[in-house]
Amino acid sequence: MLLLVVFVLTACAYVFGRTRAATLRKNGESLHSLPRYYGYLTAIYTAVPALFILAFWSAAEPTYLKHSTTNTLPAEIRALPEGELNLVINDIKNIATGGITQNTDDAVRESSAQHYADRKNTSQLLKSIFVVLASLLGALYGLSKISVHTRARIFVERTIMTVLIACSCIAIFTTVGIVLSVLFESLRFFNKVPFTEFAFGLHWSPQTSIRADQVGSSGSFGAVPIFAGTLLISAIAMLVAVPFGLMSAIYLAEYASSNVRAWAKPLLEILAGIPTVVYGFFAALTIAPMLRNVGESVGLSVASESALAAGLVMGIMIIPFVSSLSDDVITAVPQAMRDGSLGLGATKSETIKRVVIPAALPGIVGAILLAVSRAIGETMIVVMAAGLTANLTINPLEAVTTVTVQIVTLLTGDQAFDSPKTLAAFALGLMLFITTLILNVIALRVVRKYREQYE
Amino acid sequence: MSAQDKRDTTELVQSSLQRRYAREKRFRFFGLAAITASLTFLAVLLITITLRGLPAFKQTFIQLDITLDAKTLGTDENPDTDALRKANYNGTIKNSLLALFPDVKKRADKKRLYKLVSNGAQYDLQRKVMADPSLIGETFTIWLPVGDDTNGYIQGNIDTTLPEKKRRFKDNQVQWVETLKENNQIERRFNYTFFERGDSREPEMAGIKGSLFGSMLTLTVTLLLSFPVAVATAIYLEEFAPKNRWTDIIEVNINNLAAVPSIVFGLLGLAIFINFFNLPRSAPIVGGLVLSLMTLPTIIISARAALKSVPPSIRDAALGVGASKLQVVFHHVLPLAMPGILTGTIIGMAQALGETAPLLMIGMVAFIVDVPTSLTDPATVLPVQIYQWADLPEKGFVEKTSAAIMVLLAFLIMMNAVAVYLRRKFERKW
Repeated sequence: MLLLVVFVLTACAYVFGRTRAATLRKNGESLHSLPRYYGYLTAIYTAVPALFILAFWSAAEPTYLKHSTTNTLPAEIRALPEGELNLVINDIKNIATGGITQNTDDAVRESSAQHYADRKNTSQLLKSIFVVLASLLGALYGLSKISVHTRARIFVERTIMTVLIACSCIAIFTTVGIVLSVLFESLRFFNKVPFTEFAFGLHWSPQTSIRADQVGSSGSFGAVPIFAGTLLISAIAMLVAVPFGLMSAIYLAEYASSNVRAWAKPLLEILAGIPTVVYGFFAALTIAPMLRNVGESVGLSVASESALAAGLVMGIMIIPFVSSLSDDVITAVPQAMRDGSLGLGATKSETIKRVVIPAALPGIVGAILLAVSRAIGETMIVVMAAGLTANLTINPLEAVTTVTVQIVTLLTGDQAFDSPKTLAAFALGLMLFITTLILNVIALRVVRKYREQYE
Repeated sequence: MSAQDKRDTTELVQSSLQRRYAREKRFRFFGLAAITASLTFLAVLLITITLRGLPAFKQTFIQLDITLDAKTLGTDENPDTDALRKANYNGTIKNSLLALFPDVKKRADKKRLYKLVSNGAQYDLQRKVMADPSLIGETFTIWLPVGDDTNGYIQGNIDTTLPEKKRRFKDNQVQWVETLKENNQIERRFNYTFFERGDSREPEMAGIKGSLFGSMLTLTVTLLLSFPVAVATAIYLEEFAPKNRWTDIIEVNINNLAAVPSIVFGLLGLAIFINFFNLPRSAPIVGGLVLSLMTLPTIIISARAALKSVPPSIRDAALGVGASKLQVVFHHVLPLAMPGILTGTIIGMAQALGETAPLLMIGMVAFIVDVPTSLTDPATVLPVQIYQWADLPEKGFVEKTSAAIMVLLAFLIMMNAVAVYLRRKFERKW
């Protein structure tokens, strides 16, 4: 609502500014910029300070309200631990907004709710006044700046430039945000569970019991079985994806007519565009039972959540990643190298195997590394088709679990945020991030270097 | 080289030629086989899901004569809205079923008879009565959805040749349904429920409207945030950025972000947006924030490619007639690059639409019946709905899941088709 008011004011400021500049111009003044730039200038002065105030106020308001409301509560409630206190505050907020609560007839809460509502109203009122005032003052200032001496276009362009630079820093902030959020929670986890136990322990059962005296109350956080499971499933996936993807790429790049290529390439890429939850559903519902039936008919016992089913389907999903990247590097190999080999009498397949592939090898390796990182980070297929229990095995017919599965299961339940269980998810996330980051950096560097070589 | 040697070499080559040609053929065949196998899998996947999902677009209804007497409803003659809401509609449905088959006497049999009609049918009835309270005391005919097992039987999913103990749908139920069929009291119609309702624990009452709206809200946030920021970043990096360490870091960063597993973005959303900024859990706004961070690199990369493809002569010409650098970009380069940028944006949005894992992290997995109407309402999205339904044991949900997948894929195909169309239509060779 307030935002709308600011927008309307801004629009008005633009129109005013432009008309004023236009009149000045008509009167024979030689302004530096076109009238509309003076309009933009006024609009910027109107909107920017007001929006800043609005943002800060909205960010600070909840904290202030909470603090002020807590102070009205009797001391024994204030002495409650953080979590329970938050529940009380939530109750109060609900009463204040007329929502449904369990204990509405509590006098203390009622009065606090009254206080909360009062303060909130005052705050809202003050906020509106300040914001509108700021934009009006800004508009006046902007209008007063319209003269021969102001170089409006330069000012506007500088502002836009700042916005552009700020936007391109968001990517950096995202990375920093990821690193910080994952790192901090992981450090808290490693305070409770030593790193050595996490990295080398062979037993993973994050279930902590509610009472401290129960058996296995501490849970155990040895992540080796999880890493092994992740590697197993990724290895199966790569065993599918690399041969199929590579052969497809070779065929498309070297043999296929342009007609076939025009059809087959987009069709293959559909495989990459299908949401992973669909693959997961397919793996759990079609592939896993099929594997089990086949296994039974040859006398093997296949777990219904076998690593094989998840790995196979994941491999198929990854085929297009391998194939389209390899296709790019193969086509980037200069034709002269092929012609030389063919001229010596080699067959086409010999040329491909002995000349083209070795020349394209770094790029292909890069593509495979990217695919591996994709396989390790893939979530939905394994969540739906792989198991939950950590199982240290290399038998693909048994159920294993992966890093991503554990993160999802640890974080989707209702848990106190600082229990070791949820923190463990962040530690796993850190491992996942580091691993994929290393793989990506190497892969991107290899691919880039290789491209430069032939360009 | 002597003549003898020459002949030997020729012979050697000749004799090995057959083997080499065979190898050549084999190699070529492997390539073709790899592609065929991948495409076959794609076909199998799509066909399986379509075959499973198609039945869910139809729903079976049963025709019942309902007598709404106040006694069974547990209300008085002129009840108020609250009483109407709480009235015992299930009882009236049960009564009318018993009236159809008066010879059912045993408790267990009665229970089975009641199961013919969906558990959710009472809400249909409730809605009808609340819209028109004058119906109370009247007798009228109504079509109500049947229960999950009955639906399965009508669709032929239940093998009646199995011994009775091994199936959920018993012999007498089969008999009743057959009788009803003969009397034309069972009908299959288009399943409007599927598009008009939110989630439900009963497969026959579950719909995708809630998750579709959730997806729309989430994607709107994603688009509004990621498109301007991505375009601004691309413009800065491509047109203005000096070649130095800092811009290099930004570039490497963006390329790496594009390959970070999506679940890590979910962890970021949980730790920063929910725990640090105290935004509500399960809300489309948080989902949108996380997804826009995730799609940013995709859009940036394609936007940069589009900007790069605009030839420098255009820039030079504009500069030559006295435009400022920003005017060059905003008046000339950007409009020319727009189709390419839009194509990239649509593809990024399609990716975001199909994304599940990060949304699980920020709690969009709750069981939510209501259709979300604002950015802070708890909501779920279509892929997460698919994930949730895929976990449920009822047979009916397998169909619903497949049908929801079909809807999701239809949206994705539409978006990609628009992207391809844009590319074809506006592609320019400079």
